[in-house]
Amino acid sequence: MDLGLSHFLAVSAALFTIGVVGIFVNRKNIIVILMAIELILLSVNLNLIAFAVFSGTIAGQVFAMLVLTVAAAEAAVGLAILVVYFRNRGDISVENVDLMKG
Amino acid sequence: MAVIAFYLIAAVVLVSALSVIMARNPVHSVLWLILAFFSSAGLLVLIGAEFLAMLLVVVYVGAVAVLFLFVVMMLDVDFVELKRGTLRYWPFAVLVGIIFAAEIVLASVIGTADMETNFDASPGAETNAEAIGQVMYTQYLLLFQMAGIILLVAMIGAIVLTLRHRPETKRQNIAKQTSRRRSDAYELKDPTPGQGI
Repeated sequence: MDLGLSHFLAVSAALFTIGVVGIFVNRKNIIVILMAIELILLSVNLNLIAFAVFSGTIAGQVFAMLVLTVAAAEAAVGLAILVVYFRNRGDISVENVDLMKG
Repeated sequence: MAVIAFYLIAAVVLVSALSVIMARNPVHSVLWLILAFFSSAGLLVLIGAEFLAMLLVVVYVGAVAVLFLFVVMMLDVDFVELKRGTLRYWPFAVLVGIIFAAEIVLASVIGTADMETNFDASPGAETNAEAIGQVMYTQYLLLFQMAGIILLVAMIGAIVLTLRHRPETKRQNIAKQTSRRRSDAYELKDPTPGQGI
């Protein structure tokens, strides 16, 4: 049996699901939520690259690079917000983030 | 052979991803996250996307995971307190997970066409990096520039968010230093004996 597209789709579907479940089970700890989002973006990247390779085109790999860029930017800004929030409140519990009463 | 390697590495990816969301200590979560990224890079090497694999290691392991590690270790948070009471969300989380997984499986079972006929990780070039380089700065130049702008905005945003001036800290004022004259710094006195200044 050869290595096929469906192998990669299965792995990235499982990875995506793990990321979504991770957001729910760690819903107090925003650091782990950010990590779960990184997992989700990783699964999207795997999907894009696998589709690109198995269809013999290069566009998907370029898009995966752009997703990588956005993931890095998102992590940087998210963690910066987290640091500022911790400085102002002294803890990072998501349930206490209701200053603006949105 | 490649299939066996795929199953092994994929098992490592999934187990470490599960450990990321299950670990009690966020530092352990970050370390598992690094393992997940690393082995995903291994998966990409298996199908010949070497450039993206190396990029994954450099960007995720070298930058993002280290950033997470720094933040986790800098913040003085009682993580045991954060973990308390999250057990009751498990049934809901598993339900949502099952729904997501079922939808994805359904979509891929229905929608899978003959995609595996023209396997080529580097179309029109010798190596993978060369194939990406051929289109990156020509066909996708605008997207490339936009990615740079996104990174710039994120960098400025992170700096603006976390920068703070504390009035009590001492900092170097270079303009003040260089504009200092000898006459401001000291003066000569000629005290008469027994009187002082």
